[in-house]
Amino acid sequence: MWGRFDLDGATVEQIVEHGHSDFPYEVCGLLAGQRARPESGQGADAQPARVQAIYRVPNASRSMTSYSMEPKAMLHAFNDMDDRELDLLAIYHTHTHTEAFPSPTDVELATYPDAVYLICSLQDDEPVIRAFDIVRGKITERTLQIDGRPAAVGAR
Amino acid sequence: MSIEVRVPTVLRTHTDGARAVSAEGETLQELIEDLESRHEGLKTRIVGDNGDLARFVNVYVNDEDARFLDGINTALSDGDTVSILPAVAGGGR
Repeated sequence: MWGRFDLDGATVEQIVEHGHSDFPYEVCGLLAGQRARPESGQGADAQPARVQAIYRVPNASRSMTSYSMEPKAMLHAFNDMDDRELDLLAIYHTHTHTEAFPSPTDVELATYPDAVYLICSLQDDEPVIRAFDIVRGKITERTLQIDGRPAAVGAR
Repeated sequence: MSIEVRVPTVLRTHTDGARAVSAEGETLQELIEDLESRHEGLKTRIVGDNGDLARFVNVYVNDEDARFLDGINTALSDGDTVSILPAVAGGGR
């Protein structure tokens, strides 16, 4: 495990609420904000990025085992980020019947190496969120901090 | 005939960091060829081995997903905006 990813509690609540809103189907969305700039002289971990926009993107697959962002809604989200000069920080989706760990499909289809992949498992009563980098087929977990405290991690 | 092409972060290595570039073409296919001549390497990210739009990339003409138009043969008009976004997909299995 290397690196850290910081989220505020309100964002986490919104992701979980979004997940419950279409349970048992998977939901997906995008988190945007200003990424810590290397040229600011601080490491990415020194000054965590702050989520400034949450985009709930409809799951075109409306499936319990997969998601595919609805293309038009996704375009609108990315255009809004461009207009507001926000960076894509994270891509989130729920697993409604499996653990919060990237599936082979998640790894195969991970096309945004700069984004953190957040997976929220709703298979148990207590939601579990974990954060990963998925780059060229390699999964690396990040320590997820919520409001500055390490998030409780459920069983894999 | 000038078409604005919005380039996502993941493809900006091909455009020297530019978030939008101009290109020309009567159809998406011609536009992609023109893009490739100006920004080498973009074509393979947009077009699949079968010569059609790659499966996991969304290409839009203005607001419409080109898959719901005429795919790679979609006609373009002066002033159109073309956007390219790798698809976001995955799942529990």
